[in-house]
Amino acid sequence: MIIAERKPLEEIAAMAAPYKRVLVLGCNTCVAVCMAGGQKEAEETAALLRIHRKKENVGGEVEVFSIERQCEFEMIDDVLEKLKGYDLIVSLACGVGVQTMVEREPSLRVVPGLNTTSMGYPLEQGVWVERCLGCGDCVLHLTMGICPITRCAKSILNGPCGGSAEGKCELGKDVDCAWHLIHERLTSFGRIGDLAEIQPPKDWRSSHHGGARTTVREDVRIDRGE
Amino acid sequence: MLELIAGSKLEKAINSGQFVVTGELGPPKGADLTAFRHHAEGMRNHVEACNITDNQTAIVRTSSIACGAVLVQMGIEPIIQMVVRDRNRICLQSDVLGAYALGIKNMLCLAGDHQMFGNEPGSKGVYDIDSMQLLKGLQTLRDEKKFMGGEELEGDISYFLGAVENPFADPFEYRVDRLEKKINAGASFIQTQCIFDLDRFEKWMEMVRERGLHKKVAILGGVTPMKSLGAARYMKNNVSGITIPDELVERLKGAEDKKAEGLKIAIETIERLKEIEGVAGVHIMAIAWEEVVPEIVERAGLYPRPKL
Repeated sequence: MIIAERKPLEEIAAMAAPYKRVLVLGCNTCVAVCMAGGQKEAEETAALLRIHRKKENVGGEVEVFSIERQCEFEMIDDVLEKLKGYDLIVSLACGVGVQTMVEREPSLRVVPGLNTTSMGYPLEQGVWVERCLGCGDCVLHLTMGICPITRCAKSILNGPCGGSAEGKCELGKDVDCAWHLIHERLTSFGRIGDLAEIQPPKDWRSSHHGGARTTVREDVRIDRGE
Repeated sequence: MLELIAGSKLEKAINSGQFVVTGELGPPKGADLTAFRHHAEGMRNHVEACNITDNQTAIVRTSSIACGAVLVQMGIEPIIQMVVRDRNRICLQSDVLGAYALGIKNMLCLAGDHQMFGNEPGSKGVYDIDSMQLLKGLQTLRDEKKFMGGEELEGDISYFLGAVENPFADPFEYRVDRLEKKINAGASFIQTQCIFDLDRFEKWMEMVRERGLHKKVAILGGVTPMKSLGAARYMKNNVSGITIPDELVERLKGAEDKKAEGLKIAIETIERLKEIEGVAGVHIMAIAWEEVVPEIVERAGLYPRPKL
C-alpha cells in the first residue's frame, strides 16, 4: 500500500489562508488504511483548520468530503461539479491523487495535505514500514524475498557492506541490515553459495532514472477502432 | 616475481614478498594543501604508498584524485580511494581515466560511509553501483578494454586494483566469503578496517588461510594509533565497523601518557600482525595524527624500507 502522513497543520493552514471556500477532500483507500487521509482524518483536519482560521481571523468556510480514490478519473468525475465549487481543495490523498485531479480538471486548485512517504505495510498499530521502491526490475527471487534495493541504504546487490554490525545497519541500531537478514535466510535454506555470484550493475532505466514510467498492456487495452 | 599489472611501487613491493607498509592521508576541508603535503613528506621514506581518503565519513574535502595528483608531482605514490556513494558509473569510470592520466596507478574501490553521517546529510546518495560492481567494472575496463556499458575503451590503461574488507563487521562468517568475492571481482590487494580486536582478526585470517585466499590477494592489516581516551571511545561508539575491546579502552584509561600508550598499542599490533601467516603488510591509518606514522614504522622495526 501507499503510505503517507499528514503535513503539519500550520503548513496546511498557510496554504489555505488566501482562500475563502476550502474543501478538505479525503481519499478512502490506501491513505485511509494508514490513518492519514480517509474520511475520519479529513473531518479532523477540517475541524483543526477551522479552529486555526478562527484564531487567526481568517474568514471563509472549510468543508469536508471524501471519495473512494482520488487517483481514478471515474471517481473524480462522479463528484466533479461539486469540486468545482471550491476555491481550494486540500487533498488528503497521496501525491498521485493530487495530480490525477488537476490532470482531470485543470481549473481545480488542489494542494497536498499529506506527505507521501513510501510503499510498504503496517508493522503494528501506528508503525508503517517501507518495503518497495518500485524499481521496475524485481530481484526478490535472488534475495530470499527481502529487498536490498529498498532496505539497504546503499542499495547494494552483493552482500552486506563493512558497516553492518550485530545485524544492524550503519545508519542506526533501530535499522535492520537487510543483507544480514538475507544472509540468515540464505543460510537457513542452504543456499549461501548463491551469494558468491557477482551480481552485475543494475539497469536503473526501469526505475525513476529513466524518467516517469508509463506501463502499457496492449492485451488489455480497449481497441476503439478507427 | 609475478608479471606486473600496473607496475606501481605498491605492486612491486607486494610482489617482492616484503612486508609492505602503506600510510593514509586525509585531504583537508579546504583547498590549502600545506599540511597535507607536510604529512606526505613525513611519510615519503617510510611507506610504499599513501592511501588518500575520498570524502571520508561523508564530509566534503578536497578530492582524492586532486590530492593524488599532488602526490604524483611530489614523487610519492598515491592509492586513491573511490567511493560509490557520490558518483554513478559514468563519473566513476571517467574519474579513473582522469586519475590514470594524471599518473595515479593504484585505485581502491569502496562503498563509503552513508551520506547521513557527514556534513551534507540532506544530499542525494548515488549508489548506482556497489563496490563489488565497481571493482569488477574497473577490472573489465583494464583487462578487456570495455566500459561497464560494453563500449570499447580507446587505448590502454593499467592500474592496480584494491578493495577493503572489515573482519569486524557482521555477519562474521560472510566476511571471508566477501573477501573471496572481491578477489574474484578483481582486487589484488586488500586494506582492512582498523584492527583492535586481534583475536577476532586472527580467527578471520585462519578462515582466510583455510581457503588459500592469502595467496590470491595481499592483505594489509589496518592499524590506527589511538591519540586519546576520547578518540578511542568515539571510534568504539560512533564509527561504523570498528570494534575496540574494553581491555584496550581500560589500558588507555589507566595510562598516564595516553598518546604514548596509544602508540605502544599500535606498535604491538604491528608486531603481532607481522607474525600472522598471510598478512602481507600493514596499512597505518593515523586519523588526524599523520605526523606519527614515521615513528610507528621505525619503532615497529619496519625502517628503513627495503629497496625495490
